Amino acid sequence: MKAAGAPDGGWQRLDPRTVLVTAAVMGGVAGGAGLPVLLGLAGSMPWWQALGWVLAGALVLVAGAAGADWLRWRRTRYRIGAERAELRTGLLLVKRRSLARERIRTVDLTASVLLRILGLVKVRIGTGEHTGGGESTLELDPVSRAEGERLRRELLAGRSARVAQAAREGLLAALDPRWIRYAPVSFVAPLLGGAAVGAVMQLSQWFGVQAEVVGWVGERLLDTPLLWAAVVLAGLALAAGAVGALGLWLEMWFGYRLERERGGTLRLRRGLLTSRSLSIEERRLRGVELVEPLGVRLCGAARVDAVATGLVKDDEGRNSAHRTLLPPAPGPVAGAVVARVLREPVPPTGTPLIPHPRAARTRRLRWALTAALAPVLLLVALGLFLADVLPLYAAAVCGALFVPLSVLLALDAYRALGHALDGDYLVARSGTVRRATVALRRGGVIGWTLKQSWFQRRAGVLTLTATTAAGDGAYPVYDADAHEILDFAARAVPGLLEPFLERPGGGEGPGGGGGGEGPAGGERRGGDGAQEGHGGGDRRRGDGAYGT
Amino acid sequence: MTGDLPVEGPEEGAVRLRPPRNRLNARAVPWWRARCLLTTAAPVAVLAALGAFAGPAGTWLRYAAAAVAVLGLAGTALLPAWWYRVHRWEVTDEAVYLRTGALWQEWRIAPMSRIQTVDTLRGPLEQLFRLASVTVTTASAKGALRIEGLDHEAAAALAERLTRITQATPGDAT
Repeated sequence: MKAAGAPDGGWQRLDPRTVLVTAAVMGGVAGGAGLPVLLGLAGSMPWWQALGWVLAGALVLVAGAAGADWLRWRRTRYRIGAERAELRTGLLLVKRRSLARERIRTVDLTASVLLRILGLVKVRIGTGEHTGGGESTLELDPVSRAEGERLRRELLAGRSARVAQAAREGLLAALDPRWIRYAPVSFVAPLLGGAAVGAVMQLSQWFGVQAEVVGWVGERLLDTPLLWAAVVLAGLALAAGAVGALGLWLEMWFGYRLERERGGTLRLRRGLLTSRSLSIEERRLRGVELVEPLGVRLCGAARVDAVATGLVKDDEGRNSAHRTLLPPAPGPVAGAVVARVLREPVPPTGTPLIPHPRAARTRRLRWALTAALAPVLLLVALGLFLADVLPLYAAAVCGALFVPLSVLLALDAYRALGHALDGDYLVARSGTVRRATVALRRGGVIGWTLKQSWFQRRAGVLTLTATTAAGDGAYPVYDADAHEILDFAARAVPGLLEPFLERPGGGEGPGGGGGGEGPAGGERRGGDGAQEGHGGGDRRRGDGAYGT
Repeated sequence: MTGDLPVEGPEEGAVRLRPPRNRLNARAVPWWRARCLLTTAAPVAVLAALGAFAGPAGTWLRYAAAAVAVLGLAGTALLPAWWYRVHRWEVTDEAVYLRTGALWQEWRIAPMSRIQTVDTLRGPLEQLFRLASVTVTTASAKGALRIEGLDHEAAAALAERLTRITQATPGDAT
């Protein structure tokens, strides 16, 4: 179904069936809201009268929404020219937005169930600039599926042809249904469980049967001791959450395929009800992140996120779902996908990492114990203050529970720390609840930030952060050895850090054989000591040796 | 390289960062002092005003006001001088290099080829002290460098120089 020709200078309309979609959505909303309203009204008037009011309200709502959407459709035009992609919209205030075609980085297609039934898709065209406020995206909501595919091909292929990369086309990963076993161990499950409990309470309140529901549950559990009752209820909520997580996983990942298309574009397709197609130009890819949330990691699985510039930020409330290249899958599979996505023979994320000094472990243990002992001490103080034993018991329980747990987490967090250079990639790992291993292309590092607190200075460690245009914008290496990490950073991006380093005694340092005392002594702690005297030698060296 | 580091003291044979070459303008110290005083004065005034009208609870509020005032004055007396010793900047033909912080020190480096915008900013208080700050942003959402407390003419010259260098440096900044 081709959108109507080119009436004025190539301007095209969206698909008129958008009105139908809006009406249907509004109908659903009206139905959902109408039921409780009907029940509420039925108390104070005859049921047919209440029904009449509700129907009339629903009709007004649906007609209003459909009318508004029809107006929007009437006033919206788009045009894909040779130079620019343009969108003109707005009722009173005509808004024009245009993107230079050479800046377009992503063309994503999304189709909810309704859109799919009608054969429509929503197209989002993005340049991926950090302007915020959505100024850098055009949204065509909706066009026919064929038109969406055409736009995607035309806008992305057009530029990729110029890039002319030797592309290995083909399938990088496809869904293995067994991966669904990792869905219940994700953090979504407990969240959904809590939401389910909340929904039950809310619904029962609407229907005025909350007391009965609570009473019924209480009756079931009358004979069980309180602790067991709590365990059973929590278990039920978790089970409900797990079922929800399975459903959500199906909806998100059904039909998942990750492909490489001609010209170097990664295309990811997924979705059971709402189908999504995301395209990431490989030129925009600065690396990948191997993410292992705690539960998933315990099952030996990992997920793969893209670190790319210009991914549309935060559309469906969750940013990370948008850049996920592979749902939680067994470790070897994740590694293989990383390697294939990056076109490397072995995944850089699997490279052996340089561990961090013991001071990093001490720091983590100290934080963990502080966090665990604070409530314990508070409860003890409360017990002593009130001269009561109950808080003391609570303190003992808290201590017995939190202290080992936090120590375990701290040790695990320390074990996670590491960094390395592997070929073209800077690899850094950290985190325990969400362990992430990032493999960042060295050419993608566009600056360094080094941070050192007073405590870190005493412990001889510092935190190096690589800033980049992609992904989170900054990827830190926490608590690395203060000297080793400088050398590491200097090697990672030749020429950038080097002019600002001193290597006393290293043969090329300004002090020659004299070693560390002369110029370096007054440097770090007493920063005001020598300011103009040294450094000149360094700089010349840096300028001469490299040049980016 | 890694193996022998933990054994040796940090003073020998180890790589280290040298401080950037330039200090800020000396007027930065009184400017910071003024800023500290103002940020202290606002909560103290609020707490004191509340304390004056709050009746029985007023005593505590007055104590709180006094505590904030003491902390703020101590900060005003000590911090700016410390900051002045730590804060330094340097612009070479290849990169901008900045050191800030006191208890939490921070070194930032941005290569010229990746710089996207150069802004100068003069707040009302900065104008009073004839100071300005220069902000350099890169394509990273978290990679901005902000050099505060420069003489306003020096800042304008620096911004112009940065713009000139970045224009002359090839690169698409991402």
